Amino acid sequence: MRSAEVHLRVPESAGLQQGRRLVEICNACRYCEGYCAVFPAIELRRQFTSGDLSYLANLCHDCRACYYSCQYAPPHEFALNLPKAFSDLRLETYERYAWPRPLAALFRRNGIAASVLALLCTVLFAWMAKTPSRSAAGSENAGAFYAVVSEGVMIAISGAAFLFALLALAMGLRNFWRDTNSPSALDAPSLLAAFKDVFTLRNLGGGGDGCNNHDESFSQTRRYFHHSLFYGFLLCFASTYTAAVYEHIFGWISPYPFLSLPVLLGTVGGAAMLVGIAGLLQIKVTADPGPASKLLLDIDYSFLVLLFVAAATGLLLLAMRSTAAMGGLLAVHLGVIVSLFLILPYCKFVHGIYRAAALLRYAAERPRRSQNGAALTEGAGA
Amino acid sequence: MVDLPQSCDVLVVGGGNAGLSAAITAREAGASVILLEHAPKAFRGGNSRHTRNLRLMHDSPTATLRGSYSSSEYWNDLLSVTSGKTDERLARFTIDGTSQLLPWMKAHGARFQPALEGTLSLSRTNAFFLGGGKALMNAYYAAAERLGVNVLYDTEVRSLCLARGMIREVFAVKNGASAAVRPKAVVVCSGGFQANIEWLREYWGDAARNFIIRGTPYAQGVVLKNLLEQGAAPVGDPTQCHAVAVDARAPKFDGGIVSRLDCVPFSIVVDRAGRRFYDEGEDIWPKRYAIWGRLVAQCPEQIAYAVTDAKSEKLSMPSAFPPIRAETIVELAGNLGIDAAALEATVRNFNQAVRPGKFDPGLLDDCRTEGINPPKTHWARPIDQPPFIGYPLRPGITFTYLGVKVDENARVIMQDGRSSANLFAAGEIMAGNILGEGYVAGVGMAIGAVFGRIAGREAAKVALR
Repeated sequence: MRSAEVHLRVPESAGLQQGRRLVEICNACRYCEGYCAVFPAIELRRQFTSGDLSYLANLCHDCRACYYSCQYAPPHEFALNLPKAFSDLRLETYERYAWPRPLAALFRRNGIAASVLALLCTVLFAWMAKTPSRSAAGSENAGAFYAVVSEGVMIAISGAAFLFALLALAMGLRNFWRDTNSPSALDAPSLLAAFKDVFTLRNLGGGGDGCNNHDESFSQTRRYFHHSLFYGFLLCFASTYTAAVYEHIFGWISPYPFLSLPVLLGTVGGAAMLVGIAGLLQIKVTADPGPASKLLLDIDYSFLVLLFVAAATGLLLLAMRSTAAMGGLLAVHLGVIVSLFLILPYCKFVHGIYRAAALLRYAAERPRRSQNGAALTEGAGA
Repeated sequence: MVDLPQSCDVLVVGGGNAGLSAAITAREAGASVILLEHAPKAFRGGNSRHTRNLRLMHDSPTATLRGSYSSSEYWNDLLSVTSGKTDERLARFTIDGTSQLLPWMKAHGARFQPALEGTLSLSRTNAFFLGGGKALMNAYYAAAERLGVNVLYDTEVRSLCLARGMIREVFAVKNGASAAVRPKAVVVCSGGFQANIEWLREYWGDAARNFIIRGTPYAQGVVLKNLLEQGAAPVGDPTQCHAVAVDARAPKFDGGIVSRLDCVPFSIVVDRAGRRFYDEGEDIWPKRYAIWGRLVAQCPEQIAYAVTDAKSEKLSMPSAFPPIRAETIVELAGNLGIDAAALEATVRNFNQAVRPGKFDPGLLDDCRTEGINPPKTHWARPIDQPPFIGYPLRPGITFTYLGVKVDENARVIMQDGRSSANLFAAGEIMAGNILGEGYVAGVGMAIGAVFGRIAGREAAKVALR
């Protein structure tokens, strides 16, 4: 009680004040409690600190079911638009938790930042690349990537970029976990429940029938396209690491034949990514702008475009690895991948980290519900 | 010019739960159907958009309902809340009809919360719509449009030409332009008159100006009045409405569920002069919340204030508007805008009158006052723990009881006792046949769903004959 009051005295952003106003209405209504984890989480609280609001905003999967079923949605004077308010708030939290803090500014300049980075990295790789000799281009070894960029340089640069991204993401996660006052210890059932929620996107489903993309009707398309992108991304990751194992444990030197594991994983993963990205872009472009956040939409687009370029250059490189274009394509692809790593902690990618963390936090507090739920809702007579 | 066909088989007036149930049923029976909805699309659905559940008879547990709720138990509940002001034949007929509703509703897009979730005390008797009544309306509108029901929004029916028990023509207005339709049958599902402040003033005087209307502002009772003037038999006490105490800060219209406050049993309630006027602890809240609308309506300026302290705050549901807080009673009186000295005296007298007891918010405990009038007979605890909190209360009108009389085929009965040839009614406009007084959660939606389907079926029969 006291601490909440102290907290309230800290000047708060308009986004936080808006979020609090809305969830207080939601907590008195509770009609949406069957849709997703957000509403049961609201019901566990009476007062909402900025950390609580951050947790709820990141728990929201933006399925928009609550917007279309809300009796208080605009043009009602309450103007209750939870998906939009939470989207705006998520961008604020991404910036608040970013590490190192000054780089938070990149969130609102994603498109520019990614393009400049990709260009610089590409130029760097192109500059470092040994000019493909006439013999290399024409030989059987034309696909030998390391003839273009030495293996050491490739691993050093992309590895450093990746480690930096990991560190920055971990620091952001730590900031989120502390700010939302999340528990320090977690039990196995909570971990399992959160793992299931992350990998099935159960909450991206308006209670089971999917999202509302264009109007009141429900559709699973967004969930399926997101799965395609997400699992495609994981397959591409798996491809890279299988290749690393082949190389460093078995001593098998790339390039690998088309039917090898790294190439298959990468091809399927890259194609799945492209399908997912195309689908998600199509949905975003045609979606009802009512519940959408303009600010977050910008970083959605730039992240999708960056992933598209990463997957497309990868596939193109694979397709053309036996041609003279390989050298240039490799520099571009590596440039894009390294810049992707570098921008990961400052782009839409972080939504996955904070969403997973929020689901874990939800899984950990969920058991409290069955005991408290009765006491909390018993008074709802009307 | 209004884009309205000159004729159709079935015309449905009003697009809430009853209207859509009727329109869908009539269309599926093969009739061409026009549905005229007064509200724009964003506010469609009448009061149904503010509902959450409906009361269903069932013999065994279902995916959405626990245990069983027999026809006789349902009837007894209805008999008790209405104090017998009900038509037993129609009531029992409605109750039996509710047992058939779930499959029909699901087939037309309705989705329900699983049993055991939601409001626990009702999970045996009431099925809860996933996402609430507006989500149900969205599903029904989608189903109606898929079937080819011609839905027109922003279209207000001003009058119906009713001659010798038969509707000849219906006059509507859309965007200032008027049009006439000659349907073969008409189903009126246009609700009561609770949003018509001028009409309420006829019975409540100027006090009605301070009423908050919890539901749709489109329930003006235009069709109801028009039909009664042309000889439809009335049912229900015209002076009565269902009124509860709501947060005075709620919107004038459409505040819905979140305007509710349930802090009264754990508070004292005072008028503007800082004086108590009724036993706040008379009975458990679900049994007493409906009398507080009337009590507040009788207060000067139709306003009252619930006052309690920190230890009681969390006993009630969180409110949409935060409670007004203060460190002292005097300061709280200032924040609420009531006489500080009087409130302080009231609280002091109350605190001195509280007898020791074992506090239990879940049952009629023995915490009561002695020596003050009115007494507080349960949950009386001294108000002494800051911060002190207060809520302003106003009468919140949910619905009116006046309606048109119907038979069990949903035909409107004329004052001469004969049933209309082609006029049917469903929903709040005829709910007074069954619910002549009081209210029990989910019964309005049950009446609308049962009679909406009957009206649609019978209207299609007449039109296609």
